[in-house]
Amino acid sequence: MSSTFSQSFIGRCLNSRSFVIGGTMILFLLACAFVSLFWTPGSLEISIQTRFLPPSADHWFGTDQFGRDVLSMLMAGTQNSISVGVVAVSIGVCLGVSLGLLASAKRGWVEELIMRFSDFSFAFPAILSAIMITAILGPGGVNSILAIGIYNIPVFARLTRGSANSIWAREYVLAARASGKGKFRITIEHVLPNILSILIVQITIQFAIAILAEAALSYLGLGTQPPHPSWGRMLNEAQTLMFLQPMQAVYPGAAIAIAVFGLNLMGDGLRDVLDPRLSRKR
Amino acid sequence: MSVFIAKRFMTLIATLIGASIVIFTVMEILPGDPALVILGVDATDEAVLALTKELGLDRPPLERYFDWIFNLLQGDLGNSYAYKVPVWELIEGALKITIPLAIMAMTLSVILALVIGLYAAANHNKIGDVSLMGISQLGISVPNFWLAVLLILYFAVGLRLFPAGGFPGWEEGFWACIHALILPSVALATVLGAMLARITRSSVLEVFREDFVRTARAKGVSQRAALWKHVLRNAMIPVVTVMGVQFANLLVGTVVIENVFHMPGLGSTVLKAINNRDTIVVENVVLLLASMVILTNFFVDILYAIIDPRLKAHDI
Repeated sequence: MSSTFSQSFIGRCLNSRSFVIGGTMILFLLACAFVSLFWTPGSLEISIQTRFLPPSADHWFGTDQFGRDVLSMLMAGTQNSISVGVVAVSIGVCLGVSLGLLASAKRGWVEELIMRFSDFSFAFPAILSAIMITAILGPGGVNSILAIGIYNIPVFARLTRGSANSIWAREYVLAARASGKGKFRITIEHVLPNILSILIVQITIQFAIAILAEAALSYLGLGTQPPHPSWGRMLNEAQTLMFLQPMQAVYPGAAIAIAVFGLNLMGDGLRDVLDPRLSRKR
Repeated sequence: MSVFIAKRFMTLIATLIGASIVIFTVMEILPGDPALVILGVDATDEAVLALTKELGLDRPPLERYFDWIFNLLQGDLGNSYAYKVPVWELIEGALKITIPLAIMAMTLSVILALVIGLYAAANHNKIGDVSLMGISQLGISVPNFWLAVLLILYFAVGLRLFPAGGFPGWEEGFWACIHALILPSVALATVLGAMLARITRSSVLEVFREDFVRTARAKGVSQRAALWKHVLRNAMIPVVTVMGVQFANLLVGTVVIENVFHMPGLGSTVLKAINNRDTIVVENVVLLLASMVILTNFFVDILYAIIDPRLKAHDI
């Protein structure tokens, strides 16, 4: 990737309104997660004296039933959601893209096997497979990441194989084959760079889905366990106190929505920039 | 065509068998002895052993698997370990909540999608279109279980218009049940409707650009007539496809929403059964959910091949 290309790429991204708005939201959340590693505005420790404090200068969003500062919990929850997204999507990308590229390069029974396997895993939607996996491994943060990651594998395998197949049919690949390049080299030098834009867009979408799925699992009590702050868990705890402190149920969900909204907007912006043909249609 | 359907049908059967094997294996690996969970930690070894024998769990796994499938094919789902009632009774009771909920949510989201999608497409790039698409983008981003909590906060806790949770049961009257299902189905339908609305809009816009629509317009058909007579029918193809796939996801999505509203549907049944190590219930409910997804995908594929004959068997 030449420097002029990357400059124009960044320039075009910054021209896309959805990318800039979405990117700003995500940057804001990243900053929150980073800051919360060193400093939070209030305490994350349980303290009975500070239970159910209303919002004030010390506690912007008040405190929860264990006396923890809600704003600090939200900030620390950002870390959790981001790390779940990163790991779960990485699992899906690494294994899924490899399988997809393999299927597309080898064709024949290898492709058939990989595609039947991914068809088959589509029978188990994210939440269902996550419930089953957490049932075996026991509830917990790591297990829920694993469950979401496994769900991501066939998603990326399918997408990669489909787009890679269309690249394999192009003339420049034929030329590369005629010049004696092996399948592995063609995959790395020609196929992968040409499907990268599609993969990047899908990554932002899957990242959003991963954050939603983790929140849902934690809400059900199958994901991140207390005392680790997680948006889904906070929502679950807040629901039992709905009559007492209704606003506690609003904040964590809003945080999830901001993260997912930001990622979706970024994905839309990226798609417009990377694939102008698609943007003209919409 | 018939070759395609036959091939697709073979895949369907293979997938169903595969799903049953996976589910059974998962339940085998699942730690925790059902007999021990039923009797409690204080139970004597003899009692646990006796119950294990009574439940038939001492037999080899392969024998139990074939037993399960064989009985399943004859319509016998076995008895729940925890509640000692036929599993079918539990599932039947749960389905009476989950199926109406899914149908209500689907209907609502289709209405939402068509109204918003068609309005946005007809007013392409005008203020109504842009703001509706912004709202729908937001709608996709909202977790449905949070929306459910917000709906409870506002309409149940605040305005007291709807129950905050629970299900009265159909014998309490039809309207009481529909009343209880409104908030959960709205929570499910908003997110799905927003997604379908975007697909409807882009699909309608795409068909509007096709040559046959331009010809019709050139022959003097008004924009409105072209929309209803020519565009809508063709634009619905991708929408119906996505709807089919999403119906399956909707069924699974009810798992979480039923939990928010404390409704004893399929979702609550399977979560409770996992905690009770009531493996036979988990196996059957998960297989039921997975089969619904597999069957929906099967029909969508067949439908798609009928609509679009260019699709060849090896492409699927």
